[in-house]
Amino acid sequence: MRIGILAYQGGIYEHEYMLRRAFTELGVNGDVILVKKPSQLREIDGVIIPGGESTTIGRLAERFGVLDLLGDLIREGLPAFGTCAGAIMMAKKVRDSVIGEIQQPVLGVMDVEIVRNYYGRQRESFEIDLSIPALGEEPFRGVFIRAPAIVKLWNGAVPLAKLEGVTVLARQKNILASTFHPELSGDTRLHKLFIEELIRR
Amino acid sequence: MRSYLSTDARLYSVGFDRIINFFYRLAEVADELRAEGLWFRYGPEVLPEKLSVPHKGTLRVKYGFPIYQKRGVCMDVTNVEQAQIAEDAGAVSVMVLDKLPYDVRVAGGVARMADVRVIEEVMSNVTIPVMAKVRIGHYMEAKILETIGVDMIDESEVLTPADEKYHINKWEFKVPFVNGARELGEALRRISEGASMIRTKGEAGTGNVAEAVKHMKLIMNEILALRTLSPEVRMRKAREYGVPYELVDLTARLGRLPVVNFAAGGIATPADAALMMWLGADGVFVGSGIFKSKDPRNRAEAIVLATSMWDDPEVVVEAQKMISETKSMMGIDIRRLKPEELLQVRGV
Repeated sequence: MRIGILAYQGGIYEHEYMLRRAFTELGVNGDVILVKKPSQLREIDGVIIPGGESTTIGRLAERFGVLDLLGDLIREGLPAFGTCAGAIMMAKKVRDSVIGEIQQPVLGVMDVEIVRNYYGRQRESFEIDLSIPALGEEPFRGVFIRAPAIVKLWNGAVPLAKLEGVTVLARQKNILASTFHPELSGDTRLHKLFIEELIRR
Repeated sequence: MRSYLSTDARLYSVGFDRIINFFYRLAEVADELRAEGLWFRYGPEVLPEKLSVPHKGTLRVKYGFPIYQKRGVCMDVTNVEQAQIAEDAGAVSVMVLDKLPYDVRVAGGVARMADVRVIEEVMSNVTIPVMAKVRIGHYMEAKILETIGVDMIDESEVLTPADEKYHINKWEFKVPFVNGARELGEALRRISEGASMIRTKGEAGTGNVAEAVKHMKLIMNEILALRTLSPEVRMRKAREYGVPYELVDLTARLGRLPVVNFAAGGIATPADAALMMWLGADGVFVGSGIFKSKDPRNRAEAIVLATSMWDDPEVVVEAQKMISETKSMMGIDIRRLKPEELLQVRGV
């Protein structure tokens, strides 16, 4: 199994570390590919879009022709997991909590509306134990850094976890999006869920 | 393309959560006496096992913030217009200053924190993180920036130090700090004071990357050398650096600094940025290089491109073609600077 990480900018190696741990724990013979060129997209069984600045990631992906192709592949069923900025990249509708409506290059593959910097600035960044029924009883440590929030879901997009009334983890068929950073928690359950339930269906 | 060092210094051999636990334990050791009221808030507050309400400003979010700056470019700006150019070009953050480092050199006098109103104006006009600089040791400038909600504070040698001897105790802040360093001892001292991110000092405002190269190579090579030292020699190093032995040991085992490490000071072209990435930087700060050039829009975009794609020479060529050498900032020969004009010797 080969999982690509969109590797223009952001927390790339943190996801690589977690994926390798998840592979070991699941006994999966897996490999991680850092994706920057369109040709690499054909070689992967799933893709992670990491946290970073969504404006930076989006612009670079657009420049190299990765944005459109990856969007098409995800629409055709390529399993995809976006965290924080990666979740923003998935959304069909994006707003900023201060600036309002914004035009930025995104994949736009998931039927959700996301608000950037929902909780405020870095001093408002926080961690908390989340209840995620899909992962069992044990709470999951959510690390929210200048995090966005999923404020609306339609069609097949469903919330998997909520915090104070907004969605922090959502799924739509082959797409998973978290507004927090599972790669910082040391808990591989969400990466394992992505591998087992989205890629190995 | 391979990095300067055969080991890829960008990869952590242990998970982020383990590094955070390490810092909590380090703080706990220093803090055994806190319960007795004998220790003055040095180190982070220890978190409860379960977090049922949001905890802000924890170590995980302070060390986590710079993770999402990696492979990106933070650009120095002095106003909203420049900040928007930076954002449009794909900068991961902007650093608000009163004057660009080059102008600080030309102007002389005392360089201080930027105008608070300008910082606030920038914050309400861009979606990317906003950083600002404070003078070394100036606790109150830092408190002001924390209060208005700046995302990261740079305790910077580019400004005139407010304390000739001590840096700010950064553990006391909810906002993460970045500090400059010229060598490993300096970097580890700043980390033990609570810095969440390190950058090379270079020689700011010169447009000359030579000092940044020197500092990055020195730090990388010092870390490599640590790896071969026996525990008792590492202990001696720790004493020499004036930092806990455990921090030296962790750095040796990781083969890199345990926090995000950027390059800064004199980066002026896409090739400069790619060079620093090749040397093992996690990302770059560009100061005067962009807005002291005559082609800031193109140059900003080109430097973003070269930083992200440094290991693909063809893309670096593409980036380098986006700028014109005739439009680069003129730059200053560091050998022509008088010793008292060097910024890098401030705050060691």
